Amino acid sequence: MQENDIKFLEDSFKKYYFEHFDLIHVPNRTSEREFGFQKFNSGMTRHISIKDDKELHLLLMKNIPSDVYCSNACYSFPDLPMSEKDWKEADLIFDIDAKDLNLECRKNHTISKCNECNEISTNAINCSKCNSIKLEKKSLPCKNCIDASKNEVSKLSKILTEDLDVQQNDIHVYFSGNEGFHVYVYNSQFQQLGSRERSELTDYIMFNGAIPETFGMKKFKPNRSLFPDFEEKGWRGRFSKEVYGSKSKRSKIISELITNGYSSFQKTLEDISGKIGAKIDPNVTMDIHRIFRLPGSLNSKSGLTKIFCNDFTKFDPYTEASFLSENSIEVTANCPVEFKLKNRKFGPYFNEKVSIPTYTAVYMICKKLATIS
Amino acid sequence: MLALGQDEIAKYPFLADAGQYLKDKGFTLEQFGTDPDLKSLVEKAFNRIEVAADGKIYHSDLIGDQASNQAALPREVFSFLLAIVLLKLSGMTTLIKRFALAEARRAEKYLEKDLANISDESKKQFAIRVIDDLFAVQIKKQDDFFVIPISDYLRHSINFHEREWKLINRHVEKGLVFLTPHETVRLIRKELGTYISSKIINAKTPPMISGFEEPVNKLISMSKKFATFTVTTGEYPPCIKHAIEILEKGENLPHSGRFMLATFLLSKGQSVEEIAPLFKNAPDYNERITLYQLNHLAGTSGSGTHYSCPSCEKLKTQNLCFAIPECDNIISPIQFGKKRF
Ligand code: SF4
Ligand SMILES: [Zn+2]
Ligand SMILES: [Zn+2]
Repeated sequence: MQENDIKFLEDSFKKYYFEHFDLIHVPNRTSEREFGFQKFNSGMTRHISIKDDKELHLLLMKNIPSDVYCSNACYSFPDLPMSEKDWKEADLIFDIDAKDLNLECRKNHTISKCNECNEISTNAINCSKCNSIKLEKKSLPCKNCIDASKNEVSKLSKILTEDLDVQQNDIHVYFSGNEGFHVYVYNSQFQQLGSRERSELTDYIMFNGAIPETFGMKKFKPNRSLFPDFEEKGWRGRFSKEVYGSKSKRSKIISELITNGYSSFQKTLEDISGKIGAKIDPNVTMDIHRIFRLPGSLNSKSGLTKIFCNDFTKFDPYTEASFLSENSIEVTANCPVEFKLKNRKFGPYFNEKVSIPTYTAVYMICKKLATIS
Repeated sequence: MLALGQDEIAKYPFLADAGQYLKDKGFTLEQFGTDPDLKSLVEKAFNRIEVAADGKIYHSDLIGDQASNQAALPREVFSFLLAIVLLKLSGMTTLIKRFALAEARRAEKYLEKDLANISDESKKQFAIRVIDDLFAVQIKKQDDFFVIPISDYLRHSINFHEREWKLINRHVEKGLVFLTPHETVRLIRKELGTYISSKIINAKTPPMISGFEEPVNKLISMSKKFATFTVTTGEYPPCIKHAIEILEKGENLPHSGRFMLATFLLSKGQSVEEIAPLFKNAPDYNERITLYQLNHLAGTSGSGTHYSCPSCEKLKTQNLCFAIPECDNIISPIQFGKKRF
């Protein structure tokens, strides 16, 4: 990134941090958390300990970080190297990201930037100018992306509350600042679980590894009475609703399932896993030493804020997570895809000079689709 | 500490305080070595170890869960306590491990029976308390099942690799997992074995007792049978033997060698738990990491990708191959020793 672009981003980020201390707070058990941050064009600084909001705000003003992070884990010594931190427990966290959902709409709003010649196009396989296959992908997520991610969050919360006994008010959903959501679970029975146990939980939530016997199907002499009822709780109930469709079809479908046999049943389980399982990123949940973007901080992939979703169903990140100034600025934009921010349409821009609000300029510069003129 | 009745001590003798028990009954260890009437109990104890070493479960004089006669109860307990004394005097860890395992299996049967007991509530409550006291697992009765918090379930079930133990294949509701008595006890099997063996290992070794020399010597020679590493059953190819030797000597086996060994043994049907101890002597051994890596190779965690053993050709380039004539015409260590047509 060019120097004047960085300067512009830093100025905008600094202004945001200065004006929005109200949005940025240290989490509970502050002194047991590990903090970290990154500056534009430089590496990660980790293993920092912070004692309160004041110290955090000072760090923001002093360093003007591009990204700020905080651990979900609590340690005795958060500022020591990993092996000496003495891990105590960690909040359960889930990451749901539109890019992992295999959405049809993705190809319409994914831009490729050629690493060889900097050509920008919507061609996904190779550069339309020099044919290179070294492409950097930039996505400008659309409403469909957000709706699909929200749907996964809803599936996840249902499983959490119904099966795993998590209280609804202990589930906090944040927009990640780019293309998805981070779901935090507090005060659960899972706080002290290690990585392997959490990995089992993710398989449960994603509906991975189910065997036919669990749903009543046996290899030999299957017995109709073992198949789930429509009203059952947990996965057997979700299976029924997905596979039978309605209560009245139960009997007919069970006959079909038995006729088709065991391996076909296994295949059915794998097929429905994508529909009824919640599509979380299992690696994020398994990692008990990770640092996560701090709520209230800016995401340097977009200039949008990682923000708590007060009214999740109505939440629209592209209006509610954009806090940067309206002040106009002139940039050279090369963004062949149209996008919406704060209810305004922008683009497409084809390598042209345009005057746009700061929040839009930051959004495009963060995605390397514009530079300060 | 749990209050133990006669019956319970006979079923779960490892819960008793050995020294206290002998004192209460008015005996000293020395008497068992000399008194002709008591000497048969030392033989019984020896027999108990012998059966365990053979991988079988000691068949007790308890009928169902009642002693056949009042005298049988203390004999059960004495033979267990004396077996520990013999084991301590022999100092043979392999025997202790085998004995603990067999005793765990035996206790498992009683626990399961007690949990399922519908006519005697006190037996059930006792079993529930044993499980809670020893393993900090709180189980509760709910209809025909026992329920345990998901987090407790996971801590134990992750050591199992059969798919029916995956949480997804369990009846889960409101943060609880539903188990049958059999499954409840199966869940803590490993910990039960560990509990018993650590109790034996931590017990004080008494000085040699006159009259005990003969069974102790017999135990020492018996344990030689098990001295070689248990995984080396069947004829393994030289590359694998070589890798096992290096590890047993506590020398460093390169990553490629560990990968070969682990994938080979996994493909021979060994479980992650059986393989993990092989790496114990490695200079950089870390149990958690080893298990994690083995599970990864076995495809039981995360990605689900299952790794297979490298080809002989690949192993040659990694200097791991020590081909002998029997290696002719095979392309992977897996094929070693199989008849070819
Ligand atoms: S030929 Fe194959 S089996 Fe024989 S030592 Fe070499 S790698 Fe092992
Ligand atoms: Zn190019
Ligand atoms: Zn989209």
